[in-house]
Amino acid sequence: MTETLPGAAIPNPTDEAAITAAVDQATAAIAGAATLDELKAVRLAHTGEKSPLSLANREIGKLPKDQKAIAGKLMGASRGRVNKALADRTAELEAENDARILLEETVDVTAAPRRRRAGARHPLSTLQDRVADIFVGMGWEIAEGPEVESEWFNFDALNFKPDHPAREMQDTFFVEPPEAHLLMRTHTSPVQVRSMLERELPIYVLCPGKVFRTDELDATHTPVFHQFEGLAIDKKLSMADLRGTLEHFARQMFGDEAQIRLRPNYFPFTEPSAELDIFHPGAKGGPRWIEWGGCGMVNPNVLRAAGIDPDVYSGFAFGMGIERTLMFRNEVGDMRDMIEGDVRFSEHFGMEI
Amino acid sequence: MRIPISWLREFAEVPAGATAEDVMAELVKVGFEEEDVHRPTDTLKGPIVVGQVLSLVKEPQTNGKTINWCQVRVVPEGQEQTLTGKGIDPSGVQGIICGAHNFVEGDKVVVTLPGAVLPGDFHISARKTYGHLSAGMIASVRELGIGEDHDGILVLSRIGLDPEIGTDAMELLGLYDEAAEINVTPDRGYAFSIRGVAREYAHATGTTFTDPASRVTAPAALAGGYGVKLNDDAPIYGKPGCDRFVARTVRGVDATRPTPQWMVSRLRLAGIRSISLPVDISNYVMLELGQPTHCYDLDKLSGDIVVRRAAAGEKITTLDDKVRTLDPEDLLITDDSGAIGIAGVMGGAATEVGDTTSNILVEAAHFDEVSISRSRRRHKLPSEASKRFERGVDWQVAGIAAQRVVDLLVELAGGTADEAGTDVGTAPDTVTIDLPADFAAARIGIDFTEEQIVTSLEDLGAAVVKHDGGWSVTAPSWRNDLETKEDLSEEIARLVGYDKIPATLPVAPPGRGLTRVQQQRRRLIQALADAGLTEVLSYPFVSKAANDTFGVAEQGAGRTAVKLANPISEEQGFLRTSILPGLIEVAKRNHSRGFRDLALYESGLVFLPAEKMGTESIPPLGAKPSDEVLDALYDGVPAQPFHLAVVLTGHDSPAAAAHAPRVWDWADALDIARLAGDVLGVELVVSQGSHQAFHPGRTARLSLRTGELVGYAGELHPKLLAASDMPARSVALELNADALFDAAPDVIVARHISSFPVATQDVALVVPADIPADDVLAALREGAGELLEDVALFDVYAGKGIEEGKKSLAFGLRFRADDRTLTADEASAARESAVALAAERFGAVQR
Repeated sequence: MTETLPGAAIPNPTDEAAITAAVDQATAAIAGAATLDELKAVRLAHTGEKSPLSLANREIGKLPKDQKAIAGKLMGASRGRVNKALADRTAELEAENDARILLEETVDVTAAPRRRRAGARHPLSTLQDRVADIFVGMGWEIAEGPEVESEWFNFDALNFKPDHPAREMQDTFFVEPPEAHLLMRTHTSPVQVRSMLERELPIYVLCPGKVFRTDELDATHTPVFHQFEGLAIDKKLSMADLRGTLEHFARQMFGDEAQIRLRPNYFPFTEPSAELDIFHPGAKGGPRWIEWGGCGMVNPNVLRAAGIDPDVYSGFAFGMGIERTLMFRNEVGDMRDMIEGDVRFSEHFGMEI
Repeated sequence: MRIPISWLREFAEVPAGATAEDVMAELVKVGFEEEDVHRPTDTLKGPIVVGQVLSLVKEPQTNGKTINWCQVRVVPEGQEQTLTGKGIDPSGVQGIICGAHNFVEGDKVVVTLPGAVLPGDFHISARKTYGHLSAGMIASVRELGIGEDHDGILVLSRIGLDPEIGTDAMELLGLYDEAAEINVTPDRGYAFSIRGVAREYAHATGTTFTDPASRVTAPAALAGGYGVKLNDDAPIYGKPGCDRFVARTVRGVDATRPTPQWMVSRLRLAGIRSISLPVDISNYVMLELGQPTHCYDLDKLSGDIVVRRAAAGEKITTLDDKVRTLDPEDLLITDDSGAIGIAGVMGGAATEVGDTTSNILVEAAHFDEVSISRSRRRHKLPSEASKRFERGVDWQVAGIAAQRVVDLLVELAGGTADEAGTDVGTAPDTVTIDLPADFAAARIGIDFTEEQIVTSLEDLGAAVVKHDGGWSVTAPSWRNDLETKEDLSEEIARLVGYDKIPATLPVAPPGRGLTRVQQQRRRLIQALADAGLTEVLSYPFVSKAANDTFGVAEQGAGRTAVKLANPISEEQGFLRTSILPGLIEVAKRNHSRGFRDLALYESGLVFLPAEKMGTESIPPLGAKPSDEVLDALYDGVPAQPFHLAVVLTGHDSPAAAAHAPRVWDWADALDIARLAGDVLGVELVVSQGSHQAFHPGRTARLSLRTGELVGYAGELHPKLLAASDMPARSVALELNADALFDAAPDVIVARHISSFPVATQDVALVVPADIPADDVLAALREGAGELLEDVALFDVYAGKGIEEGKKSLAFGLRFRADDRTLTADEASAARESAVALAAERFGAVQR
């Protein structure tokens, strides 16, 4: 293509046939342009200064007055057709071009790298939060205390008699020197005592935290583990209130189908005392009852230790192991997985449990 | 406690065919826990029969051993062999090779015939050995799983048996019986006996119970017996160490007689080895009635028995032949020769019953729980006797138990009981508990009927007397755990059934939600996970060296730490003062398992002892201590701040196609520390730090605006990393998170957001190389005045074009006014003012 159409005579701007021929020639060339570059050349040839239509247009000035209007109308419409054809084809080719570029930019989305690590919570910590949230939702508050504790808070205030075998069953870590009566708390119950001493009545608190026993680490034991204990002190609380609270909690944790069972047991700090079992329909190896924790009505001696009159107030308490809960809820087979800190364990859970 | 089912059946209505599992299922209902089942037939299967050795031919072997080729009759002569099977000889005589030599022709022995199975899954079959077909085995007690003796085979005459040939030996040895093992809670001493468990079984099943004590006829009073004095001059908590001592004497006993198999088998199922007839009888009676008794060789006693506390330095040789030095608090049984037993714990060797004993003194005494418990712990002598005395034995049953031992010595050992006997002591006051009519119902939440209450208590053995508004309840003598109306409520609930307790949900008063610190702690822990780190847990037990390295910044300062009296490992005998040692261990473990890119964090308490540790004494139970005493208890507990620690090693992300992971470096540690501050709204002030666990040139000291030190971040010391097998260039941080929580603002006052345009100006300053960039930045901020919106360091350069010992810091300054568009001149003036202050403070020169 060249800028002018060689050999073409300048058409007469009043010669409708000649002008139409030039327009047809132009639109055919426009339609034939396959790329934006070709279209540019076509545009110059057919609408440029030296194109037949432009030259014909320039001739209008030389025409007698009476023919100027006819020629002007003819040329205007003709050039309009050409310009429209150009604009349409430009849009078409641009769209094609854009589409081609996008196609060329195609990537393999399955080969995308992970640039950010999601991070992970330890499931014991996540579970502890979830338990706390359930009780906070019931209007309870979360109470905490030290892990190295005075022997009085851990034992005597909880009605463990100084020479009673129950005291030895706790396998306690004592702190040097033993005469200082300090130990690592064997349960979170000392927090209950502190709560009773420090809080206004009535009291509804949950005490989660780390506890310590002198067990060697194996598949089912660890010297450091986590518990949550609940304590309610109010007027006229009964064992039925304990059961109702535990049932509500069990359903929040395990769904509406969850059932609990109480069996007689002994703890120095509760009377009556009970072992708490939960029915686990999804247990590995078939539905069954699983030991979950201990509970009971607070022993009046415990209330007395905190200066609460047992003739006016009564209370209930319960305690469960977080490791144990995680073990049967999430089918953790080996205690060591939870405490060795292998990143695969936490990362498998992510932020969920 | 192991309960042989045949024994239980003597006193409770155990259905025929009930297994140990069935019995346990019932006992669980009344508060015992299942432990185990002991059933000999689980590992032992017949045919195992009594055989008589007809002939025994000694055949020396080339290996030096001599074996016996025996013909053993296993069917009475003239009778047909009814057993069939491979290796069973229809003649009724089996040819058996036996390596033992403790028997002769004519002895009756236990023959395990082909088809039998012995413990260890040992299948008996006829097999060729030593040139014969040996069709069975002559068994030892160890092979049968009923004893340890393996010196030879079991010759039945030696255990007093002469059964008919062909008798089922498993029946003969009581091997079809089985035992249920239950866990007894420490308050229920009475359940360490068949008597107690049978009663509980009756409670569980609603059937009747026969008290074994009621089968014994003991004289109403004893007199004229061996002299016994109770001389406790130092009772513990005012309670006499011994408040009853029954002594009975039996003469002409043959102590060498074998113990009958029914007794041996029950003892074995109960977990007690047969020792000698008198000792077995004593143990049998203890298991049956719950009362430990002791047999003395009467002829070895000299003078009256005196029960007293030990003298300082006094010694005794106990039954286990160990010499023990006694403590003045130990309660002793003594005679003129000195100590002859640690009361309720273990007898002495000098007066022990032996084969030559013919006259026996039987002791059945009642000791104080606390006294026995302390002696047992002091001498580390847990015994069946001490286990029962510590938990409480029925005061009333002593005389009955002594009589039962006497009866058995007469019946089985051929002795004659003296009519005279001794019974000294004073019964403890009976405890009468007032149970208000509505108390149990209010405590349990069941509307108990009067009948339920009275029947339950009477079933326990309590005496119940109705009065206005309730009952007076006298607990039975074997229930020392029943002291309060709460205890009675539990018993009523237990017997009626915990499954009858309804469920009501109490409504707590409006709560205040999580405390601020609890929310802050959660936010911090979550923020680190959100930032891509992985939360782990480690133990707080560390070595002294670890505490010294990580606990304090200055080398050699030596951290005081809490030491455990009984750690799991002596090496890790201290409580952490820093989380990092444990976290580094976790990082190493992961590294050794093939995880090279790690970003770990842990939060938890560290333990910082003060000068005052604990209290010299602790107040008694059951009463609120005074405020002063409580304050001392609180003050004695060491400070335990909540810390956060992070260890980063390797890269920030996994390698992937078209992705180059970045190596974690010191700045990441610092960045995470600052992130922790940001999420809590606390600005951390960073300065060049020094800490012996960290790289001396790459450590940031982190403090609050107040100057309070809150932690360190940076690269761990290369030597420390090398010494602990950690990858080089690992970085870490540790923060006292409690200090951050404390510093968080209560209320954040909003700032006006100006919508006028920003004016940015950059400035490059040359300063001495040792001037911290942050100090220059602070000077710029201060010098720029209030038009400055923000200033940030965007480049640090040293080298060509910069004088040696200097560096160039490039800052971007953003200016904006609240009320107008700044002119270029205004912005420039502010910048100049900022530069001027930096120049004044640090000699900064604009490039």
